[in-house]
Amino acid sequence: MEPLIHFAPYIGWVYPNETVIEWTVLLAVYPYLTGLVAGAFTVSSLYQVFGFERLRPVAHLALLTSLCCMLFVPLPLLLHLGHPERAFNAMITPHLTSAMAMFGFFATFYVVLLMLEIWFTYRPYIVEQAQKRTDLLGKVYRLLTLGSHDVSESALRVDRKWIFWLAVIGIPGAHGLHGYVGFLFGSLKSREWWSSDLMPVIFLFSAIISGVSLLIVLYVVSCKVRKVPIEVDCVKGLAYTVWAFIMVALLLEALEFANIVYKGREGVDMIMEFVKGPLLVPYFVLQFGVGAVTPLLILSYMIWRGTTGRALVFGVTLSACLVLLSVFMMRWNVVIGGQEISKTGKGLLSYHLTFLGQEGALVALVLTLAPIAVLLGMIRLFPPWHDKAGHAAVAVS
Amino acid sequence: MTIEAISSLVARRRFLSRIGLATCAGVITGAGALGVARTVCAKTETPAAGDSFPTKDYNWTEHQWAFGVDATKCIGCLRCVEACKNENHVPGNAHQFRTWVERYVYIEGEENARIDSQQDPVNIAASGSQKEYRFADRYKDAKVEKAFFVPKLCNQCENPACVQVCPVGATYKTKDGVVLIDEKRCIGCRYCVQACPYGARYFDEERGVPDKCTWCYHRITKGMQPACVESCPVGARVFGDIRDKGSPVSLFVRNNRVQVLKRESGNAPQVFYVGIDREVN
Repeated sequence: MEPLIHFAPYIGWVYPNETVIEWTVLLAVYPYLTGLVAGAFTVSSLYQVFGFERLRPVAHLALLTSLCCMLFVPLPLLLHLGHPERAFNAMITPHLTSAMAMFGFFATFYVVLLMLEIWFTYRPYIVEQAQKRTDLLGKVYRLLTLGSHDVSESALRVDRKWIFWLAVIGIPGAHGLHGYVGFLFGSLKSREWWSSDLMPVIFLFSAIISGVSLLIVLYVVSCKVRKVPIEVDCVKGLAYTVWAFIMVALLLEALEFANIVYKGREGVDMIMEFVKGPLLVPYFVLQFGVGAVTPLLILSYMIWRGTTGRALVFGVTLSACLVLLSVFMMRWNVVIGGQEISKTGKGLLSYHLTFLGQEGALVALVLTLAPIAVLLGMIRLFPPWHDKAGHAAVAVS
Repeated sequence: MTIEAISSLVARRRFLSRIGLATCAGVITGAGALGVARTVCAKTETPAAGDSFPTKDYNWTEHQWAFGVDATKCIGCLRCVEACKNENHVPGNAHQFRTWVERYVYIEGEENARIDSQQDPVNIAASGSQKEYRFADRYKDAKVEKAFFVPKLCNQCENPACVQVCPVGATYKTKDGVVLIDEKRCIGCRYCVQACPYGARYFDEERGVPDKCTWCYHRITKGMQPACVESCPVGARVFGDIRDKGSPVSLFVRNNRVQVLKRESGNAPQVFYVGIDREVN
C-alpha cells in the first residue's frame, strides 16, 4: 500500500513540520493549465477585438482550446484536497479575506463567458447542422440552438456585437484569472521565493506565451493531420506575439530574481545556494536557457532574416515547444521550488516526484494532456476551420 | 436456661450485631469508595472527550490567553513534546508536531549555530523510536562556545496569516486569543500550512485536515494548564490569562524583556520569548 505521507530529505535546518512537502506536482499543473487558458484566449481576443486578421485561422481554435483547458483547471485542485466533497464550501460560504476563496467565482464567471462566446460564434453552424442532420448528433445540435434558429443578417449582426463585447470582457476575465493565480503565491509572506509583488504579472506574461505557443503547435499539427496548407502569415502572427511577450516575461523574471538578490534579506544565502545547486538545471538551464532564451534567439533570427515558408514553420513550432516546456518549468520552480527552500531560511528540502499515486507524475501528465483529448472531440462537434460567424471587429467598425 | 446457654445467646447476638455493623460500614465505605472512584475517574477522563468539550459555562470573552517561553530554563528533555503528542493524538512519527524543541549550538571557529530538533535523524536514532524523543549527545567532542534550547509552538498570532488565507473560514480566531480549526468545515487545501511563517501546522493525511497547537484549548477552558506546560520540569513554559495581572504569564511579560518570533511578518505572535539569540526565527 502507498504510504500516506512522503517525507522529504533535507539539508541544513528546517522546521520539523516542513519535512512533508504539501503542495505536489498537481499544484504546478493547476497554474499551467490556467495559463494555457489565458494565453489561448489572448489569441482569440487579438483577432476578435483588435482585428489581427492574420490570426483568423486559429481564432476559433483558440476559444475551444481555452474552454477545454479551463474544464480541467479545477481537477488538480480537487484531486489534491483532503476533503474534495467539501470543495463547494468555498463558494457557499467563502471566507472573503482569502485569495483562494474567489477562485470558484472567477472560474465560473470565465467558463460561462467562454461558453457564451463560443455559442454565439458557432450559432450559424449549430443552426445549419440542426436543420441538416437527422441523426442523434442532429438532436444535440437542435438542443444547442436553444430555440434560436434565426440566422438572418440582422440576427448575425447582434451576434457579432455579443462576440465582440464578450471578448472585451474576457480579456480582463481570462488575464485576471491568471494574475489571480500569481497572487495566490505572491501574497504569501511566509516564503521569500513566493512573496513578490511581481508574481501576478510574471504569471500573466508566462501564461500568454504558453497559450500562444500551444496554439502554434495545435495549428501546425492540425494542418498536417488535415493535410491542408499552413497559412504562413498566421504562423508569423503567432510568432510575433510570442516574441513580443517572451521578452517582457523574461525581463520580469530577471527583475524578480534581481530584486531578491539585491535586497538580500534574511535567507538569501540559502536561496543562492539553491539556485546554484538543485535549481540550476530546472531554473537556469531549462526555464531560462532552453525554454526562453533559445526560442527568443530563434525567433529574433527568423524575424531579422525574414525567414518564411517551411523553415519558418519549423522554427516557430520548435520555439513554441520550448516555450511550453519553459512555462511548465516556471510553474514547477515556483510551486515546488518555493517549498524546497525552508521557511527557516537555513535549509533546503528535496521533493521527490513519484510516478504512480494520486499525486504522481502519471496523473499530472494525464491531467495536462486531457484538455487536448477533449479538444479532439470538441473540434468534431464545432469545427474551428469553419469561419462563418464573421469578424466582430468588422461589425463594430 | 443455664448460665452457659444465656452467655452463648448473648455472644451470638453480639456477633450478629457486629456483622450487621460491619455490613453497614462496608456498604457505606463501598458507596463512598465508589463515589470517590467516580470522581477520580472523572478527573482522569480525557478533557477533549465529546461530553466535556466544548466546556459548558466557559465564557471566551472573559479571557485573553498568552504563552511565555523562558529559553534560559529549557533543558531539552522533550517531555513537553511527548506530552503534547499523547494529549492531542498527534501522529506518532518524526515529521508532524504541534510543539517541538530546537537546539542551537555555537561551536568554536564556526560562524553560524548548528541547529537541530528532535526530528533530526541522528536524534531519532538516539531515542530508538519515532515516538520517543531525545537529543543525541552529538557535540560531546566539540568545543562548544554557547548552546541553548528553544521550545516552539503555534504563536496564536493576533493577525494570523493562516486565518486570512483559509478559503472557507474553517480556521478561525477565538475571542480569547487562540486560533482553532473547524475540522468539519475544512476542505484540506493546505493553504494555511503554506501561509504560516513558523511552520507550526502539519497536514494530517488520515483525517484530511491540517492540525496545529491550540494551547490545549480543551484543557485551558477547564482551568487546566496546557499539557506541555504541565509536563515541563523546569518551568520553561509559562501560560495564563494576560488580562489577569497576577497570572504567571502576566508576571513573565512584565518582569522580563520579552521578544517575539518574526515580528516583521506583521502577524503579531502571542508567544513571548526570553533568552533567545539572533539566529532564532
